[in-house]
Amino acid sequence: MSTAPRPLTRAARRAARLEATAERLDRLALPQSAGWLGRAREAAIERLRGIGLPERRDEYWRFTDPAKLIAEEAAPAEVFRITDEAIVFSDIDRLKIVFVDGVFDPDASDDLSAEGLEIARLSEAGATDIHWAQEIYGALEARGQAPVPRPLAALNSAMADDGVLIRATGKVARPVSLIYRRRGEQAEVMLHHVIRVEPGAEMTLLENGPVAARYSITAEACIAEGGMLHHVRAQGRDHQRSGITHFFARLDKGAGLKSFTLSANGRVLRNEAVVWLDGEGGSAHVAGAAMGAGDFHHDDTVFVTHAAPGCESRQVFKKVLRDGAVGVFQGKILVERAAQLTDGYQISQSLLMDENSQFLAKPELEIYADDVKCSHGSTSGEIDPDQLFYLRSRGLPEKEATNLLVLAFMAQALDEIAREDLAEDIRARLEGWLARHRG
Amino acid sequence: MLEITNLHVKLEEEDKAILKGLDLHVEPGTVHAIMGPNGSGKSTLAYVLAGREGYTVTEGSARLEGAELLEMEPEERAAAGLFLAFQYPVEIPGVGNMTFLRTAVNAQRKARGEPEMSSGEFLKAVREKARELKIDAEMLKRPVNVGFSGGEKKRNEILQMAMLEPRMCILDETDSGLDVDAMKLVAQGVNALRDAGRAFLVITHYQRLLDHIHPDVVHIMADGRMVKSGGPELALEVEKNGYADIVGEVQA
Ligand SMILES: Nc1ncnc2c1ncn2[C@@H]1O[C@H](COP(=O)(O)OP(=O)(O)O)[C@@H](O)[C@H]1O
Ligand SMILES: [Mg+2]
Repeated sequence: MSTAPRPLTRAARRAARLEATAERLDRLALPQSAGWLGRAREAAIERLRGIGLPERRDEYWRFTDPAKLIAEEAAPAEVFRITDEAIVFSDIDRLKIVFVDGVFDPDASDDLSAEGLEIARLSEAGATDIHWAQEIYGALEARGQAPVPRPLAALNSAMADDGVLIRATGKVARPVSLIYRRRGEQAEVMLHHVIRVEPGAEMTLLENGPVAARYSITAEACIAEGGMLHHVRAQGRDHQRSGITHFFARLDKGAGLKSFTLSANGRVLRNEAVVWLDGEGGSAHVAGAAMGAGDFHHDDTVFVTHAAPGCESRQVFKKVLRDGAVGVFQGKILVERAAQLTDGYQISQSLLMDENSQFLAKPELEIYADDVKCSHGSTSGEIDPDQLFYLRSRGLPEKEATNLLVLAFMAQALDEIAREDLAEDIRARLEGWLARHRG
Repeated sequence: MLEITNLHVKLEEEDKAILKGLDLHVEPGTVHAIMGPNGSGKSTLAYVLAGREGYTVTEGSARLEGAELLEMEPEERAAAGLFLAFQYPVEIPGVGNMTFLRTAVNAQRKARGEPEMSSGEFLKAVREKARELKIDAEMLKRPVNVGFSGGEKKRNEILQMAMLEPRMCILDETDSGLDVDAMKLVAQGVNALRDAGRAFLVITHYQRLLDHIHPDVVHIMADGRMVKSGGPELALEVEKNGYADIVGEVQA
């Protein structure tokens, strides 16, 4: 009789995964909450028990090893000091909400009362019996568990012990700015935010800062009829940290979303964006620019569902990779049967600065309506030698010419930022990063 | 100004000699025209002088005001005063024409240790020169050469030349594909820059450009070297009889 272990069946593998997840969850101390939040957390834990934690062999994790994100102990990451001038959004007039190592810092934050906005701390509002956010908290995440499970989002719904709940009731020009500072090398942080944009309202949400050695941030946004949410995020520069974010958004009739993320450095960073266009005539743009060198793994995973007719969506992702950096893009446009006259666009491109770097892309279209316009493209390329020579022949030094071409490559993603001052600020960060790296 | 001696160049990728002992001497303040059959190596000469990759210089030298060009990076050649108007100007999506021009002007100034041009000064100069070349403001805002017609691309080359004020200007078939009006604009742009301290090397197939830019010397190039040089009348001879006689005469 052979003693070699037999390969596990699918069912047995699933059972093993769920068992391991259950053991792991039993060792975790769930944050306590008496109010609606406590119930939402319990529901999230149950969801997670039914899904199990991710594994490398999962199709959705084929390009990104979840090990660093789910290891029991987060690896410490050196705190990267940057000067104040180098901090993004410094010159933008904004309402600042500061977290230090994941804990809300009232002294560093501005007064949370502002016209057209209702802002509360999750840890306080969660203990109440009734709150507008309870309709949303964990609900979009739960919806986002199909057709692809997102276990780390369920874990976040269960474990996050702070965050903000923001309701926009009017058109608000001054951005709400979430700032994630870091002091401790060990810090591990989970935050969960809820945003509700009321009919016809408009707001801008900014996020920046290195957060923690390892972090998970979820945002769930509901944008009601005719509402508009601008989202611009710059993920700090700490080299050694790892993190995962989930951005869930559902849009009603005629609502709009523009979300842009700038990422530089980081060992493992995965940004998932999950968007539902539920009402006619909605428009959702999700874009990202990532720059990485060396020990850098950056993953953009995007899932846009067209559930209503006449909506438009765009995914624009650009990555500049050098010295062995890895970029991943998994992007999907799902057009449901009802979503006639969908206009869907997706582009993911990488600029490889050397042969050691690589870009792994999985663009997908799944279309059930017959009258739609959808296109997607993915490319991987190098700096064009003819363009480089043309610029140099006009007197631009090689590095300056290269940087200009890199910025040109990124331009299409930056174009997705509506506000010129924010786009300018992001462009300046990009230029700074390029200046610090060899051409 | 420009002194090319016994220049031998082959392609880096294949072992194919393109320039085979080319000599050329251009004095300041003069205009030299180079004519010659397709494939004789005119563009190769222009590219090698500007420092494009892909060529190996096996012998010879090319000096600009005494300095060896062939040892310099392309940007150093530009800062030293060399300019090439490309036969096929390159499109650069994502880089605004204006940004490009300004970056180029200031990069050269910086390399020469001169102060940068202020944005006011720069704008004024660009607008004026663009107007002369009938380049509209819209074109300046667009990405470099993207969506430009053939004629617009060539005028854009001349605009760059006017802004950069090089000492040695090489024009590679700048007249090809231009209608008569566009060609006159290009010629005007060149003539406006003519002065005692500047020289031009005009590569062309047609006598008609030379009706507007009067050359001091005309060279006929064939198979990688200059086979005949003379005054403007040489261009007329080519126009009338083609290259066969001249090239044949030399090879015979
Ligand atoms: N990069 C290249 N690869 C292959 N052949 C080339 C390349 N550049 C030039 N050549 C060849 O060198 C010769 C000269 O070309 P070119 O300099 O463009 O001539 P001209 O400008 O006089 O028409 C031609 O035979 C051409 O095919
Ligand atoms: Mg040619």
